[in-house]
Amino acid sequence: MALVSPHITASAVAAVEYPDLVRQYRVTGVPKTVVNDRIEILGAVPEASFISQVLESVA
Amino acid sequence: MHADAGEPVDLEAELANITAPVTLVFFTQTFGCETCLPARQIVDRVASLSDQISVEEFNLVLDTDQVEAYGIQRAPAIAVVGEADTGIRFYGVPDGHELVSLVESILLVASGNSGLSDESQALIAAVEQPIDIQVFVTPT
Repeated sequence: MALVSPHITASAVAAVEYPDLVRQYRVTGVPKTVVNDRIEILGAVPEASFISQVLESVA
Repeated sequence: MHADAGEPVDLEAELANITAPVTLVFFTQTFGCETCLPARQIVDRVASLSDQISVEEFNLVLDTDQVEAYGIQRAPAIAVVGEADTGIRFYGVPDGHELVSLVESILLVASGNSGLSDESQALIAAVEQPIDIQVFVTPT
């Protein structure tokens, strides 16, 4: 998604190295995706579903 | 090296097909960063697999211009940059599955092809506000 839009940044965060972020975002399992600090997506989801959930962050 | 454990793909073969330059912009920290060295070693190893891949290193504390330009908050961090910065970042040591993800992101940036469906790309291209996606992962 970051590749397609200049407005999108995408980070992979190694959970074990950043316990403060894990606490902040209540990460109890991986993969866990956090979008604009407010939308949470748990697990691996199909492309269309993932994109629609990500876009909810700016809806 | 961390990356040797259970490496499921032939990185050399994957990266041999790159036809456009990619820069791995690496952010390190001199003190209090136990994982910066192993992360840098993996970055160097990946870069050694293709003449198209280069590495730039900056210090999280000292190189404030670059830290701000790339929006980096922590070290170790890697920005995967092609002709332009696409906003793809890796925080932490990219080993195990994360090494595969790093290699895949290099291939994506080099090709400029997201691999997403036309429908998905149209939806994403219409985005006009900033979206920051953080994916929490583990190496295994």
